[in-house]
Amino acid sequence: MRELALPMSKEDIASLKAYDQVFLTGPLYVGRDQVHKRLFDLLQQGKPLPISLEGETIYYMGPSPAPEGKLIGSCGPTTSARMDPFSPLLLDQGLKVMIGKGPRSDEVALAIERNKAVYLQAFGGCGALYASTVRAVTTVAFSDLGPEALLRLEVERFPVIVAIDSQLGSVFTR
Amino acid sequence: MKLSKRISEELQKAVVELDEGVLEKIREAHAIESAAAEASRGSQASLAVLNAILDNLAQAKAQSLPMCQDTGMFLVFVDVGKACPLALAEIETEILEGCADAVKKAHFRRSVVIEPVYERINTQDNLPPVIWWNLVEGRGLTIQILLKGFGSENCSSVRMLNPTGGEEAIINAVEEIVSESGGKPCPPIFVGVGLGGSMDRAAYLSKRALLRDVRVTHPEKRYAELEEKILARLQRLGIGSGGLGGMITALHVAIAYESTHIAGLPLAVSINCWADRKATIVWEGDDA
Repeated sequence: MRELALPMSKEDIASLKAYDQVFLTGPLYVGRDQVHKRLFDLLQQGKPLPISLEGETIYYMGPSPAPEGKLIGSCGPTTSARMDPFSPLLLDQGLKVMIGKGPRSDEVALAIERNKAVYLQAFGGCGALYASTVRAVTTVAFSDLGPEALLRLEVERFPVIVAIDSQLGSVFTR
Repeated sequence: MKLSKRISEELQKAVVELDEGVLEKIREAHAIESAAAEASRGSQASLAVLNAILDNLAQAKAQSLPMCQDTGMFLVFVDVGKACPLALAEIETEILEGCADAVKKAHFRRSVVIEPVYERINTQDNLPPVIWWNLVEGRGLTIQILLKGFGSENCSSVRMLNPTGGEEAIINAVEEIVSESGGKPCPPIFVGVGLGGSMDRAAYLSKRALLRDVRVTHPEKRYAELEEKILARLQRLGIGSGGLGGMITALHVAIAYESTHIAGLPLAVSINCWADRKATIVWEGDDA
């Protein structure tokens, strides 16, 4: 099992192949449906984003509340397909790594290839497992969205499987 | 014990732990993918998913955390005895209080919005639940609650089949719906199939089917066999755990049917993720 640091280097991204199992360590952003819509709308309107996407990682997730004494609640991936309409534009803005679950549209796959990016699948429904990998949590923007706010996490040995690699190798085409 | 307290306790448990029948199905899938892993990359990947699922369940229990951050929407099925001495309004209050209490105590995610289209403002308490009332014989009361995740609910669907379509039309329709959902609903999945009634009733029946203990087949032989046939067809899709390929796409298929119109064969499929979370509260008429 490979261990990789976030943000991921170009060389690491290029080396990843569909089905590779990887542990990730480092910082990543968290955003799902409404965050994607807002980032997309800001870009469409030519307005600045609250974060830089350059070389960054986005994890599609909305946690359950943190019990007292814990950093975060359950925090597994949500279904990626709902982000498909927005992802190509974010990839063209420098986003390199997406983490979610389930298949992506052809448009997203092409944008992954065009931008030499990668789509990683986290284990769906495994929210307690992922909670045990989180070392720090910060709310970065859109706190009005509650469980859908834009967060920054520090994770350690966060397990994923490469689902669509930068050469369009995919676990979904059989 | 007060009914609301029992409801809350069962929900707090259901959000962290799976019932034994569901666990059995997951372990069976694990054994099958283990046996196939050497020869198949898909089974190998499925095995990694199933290992993560089992690890996750242990973590959830150890940390008292919900197994999944999508703690679902409360879908409540109330079977009220025609001679039940409790007033319906009283039962409803107990359900609402029980759900609200569990949300606070077990740290459910607030996943419900007030209206579906415009502001989508969060209700902040995971209420209201969807409540279905059903009259049955006797004086007892059975409340079954699904914690329904929406990654899988978004893959559920209704079809109005031709009344002469028979088994084949049903198997094909379920196959299409599951095939289209692919890796989205967190497979391996549980499948509830509702047949008959009207369009909306079929959808209701598909949820009732999901509520059945997964170790139990349909009481009628031909319907039990139809469940088997559908399951076999779904495994051939090769979606596998996490949609990564493998032998096991579905863990169980359950059918519920009712009478219908001469011109129709309504079919509904409710898909549930592997985290098939449900609570049952039976009140015998003595301790409210």
